[in-house]
Amino acid sequence: MPELLLVIVSAVFVNNVVFARFLGICPYLGVSKNLDTAIGMGFAVTFVMTVSTALTYILQKTVLIPFGIEFMQTVMFILVIASLVQLVEIVLKKVSKSLYSSLGIYLPLITTNCAILGMALIAIQEDYDLLTSVVFAFFSAMGFILAIVMFAGIRMKLEEADVPAPFKNVPVGFISAAILSLAFMGFSGLVK
Amino acid sequence: MNEALNILTRGFVRENPVTKMLLGLCPVLAVTTSAINGLGMGLATTFVLLGSNVVISLTAKAIPDTVRIPSFVLVIATFVTIVDLLIKAYSPELNQALGIFIPLIVVNCMILGRAEAFASRSGIWYSMIDAIGMGLGFTLALLVLSAFREILGSGTIFNIPLVGEDVNTILVFALPPGAFAGLGLIIAGLNALEKKKGGK
Repeated sequence: MPELLLVIVSAVFVNNVVFARFLGICPYLGVSKNLDTAIGMGFAVTFVMTVSTALTYILQKTVLIPFGIEFMQTVMFILVIASLVQLVEIVLKKVSKSLYSSLGIYLPLITTNCAILGMALIAIQEDYDLLTSVVFAFFSAMGFILAIVMFAGIRMKLEEADVPAPFKNVPVGFISAAILSLAFMGFSGLVK
Repeated sequence: MNEALNILTRGFVRENPVTKMLLGLCPVLAVTTSAINGLGMGLATTFVLLGSNVVISLTAKAIPDTVRIPSFVLVIATFVTIVDLLIKAYSPELNQALGIFIPLIVVNCMILGRAEAFASRSGIWYSMIDAIGMGLGFTLALLVLSAFREILGSGTIFNIPLVGEDVNTILVFALPPGAFAGLGLIIAGLNALEKKKGGK
């Protein structure tokens, strides 16, 4: 159990997906203009990341390794993620119209969110077992939500700030991200 | 010929995938701790882009619209696997340094973006030029950012020391915050330059 707790703290704070691993930067910058879309994106990512990490883990252990075709990893994993995203979209559309209309627009974007494929690959690389992999993926996604929601809040304030012209929009966003990332470095050393 | 030259050079600065279009940022921020890593990542991505642009421009007419994106991703993933195996075989150090970001070239939105926006509706010749131009623009951005970070963060460039052993370097530029700040400063600098020139 303590190991699991370490994985959780590490995934959310110490090795935060956005600030330490640099994964999922595109949606991080793209949808963090306001708080609501940031949260919507965050939940869509959480769902897909958790399920896809579990699926790719099973795929790796039951198909790729026994048949000795680990070099197909990249191709297989991205296929799993792309079809999972399609599936989620179809199911959501049928089952819950309201959830679909709030998450729907983010789903296609998720296929190219490198955090999803990244987490699936890291879980294999770190040699986690199935439970740890799923916990790791879920809490990494929580770390992503934390980062994106904090950043969305800051950006809403920045809109009203008087920023020097060349720094407007994107550059000042990066500088704020740098400061946030500096703050997150305070967590390093907490978990080995 | 002018058209070809135009396609080739627009990726360098005017439509640079990193500083202008903000595509493929994850590897840009993650691997630019040293100039060698930046260059390696840039060239690997350029190779994948070239391969996928060529195949996609040749096959785009045969692929039904509904399965367009999955097919493109599959083509890209194939080339990424080739690069991955090549780097593992010929440069284990680079493989170590780039790590997970080599397979992640698959989800570099710049590559899918070029496939969708350019290669799928252009001939093979222009698609190749487009891939080389965009790839070099991407490499250029990586190289500038990684050189900036390596010089300030470790006081070296391509592992050649620039300052004496006893000089304190600004370590933070080699760490994650330096990546965000460096890219922010570079884009701001480009904006300022453009404004100066754009008075015309």
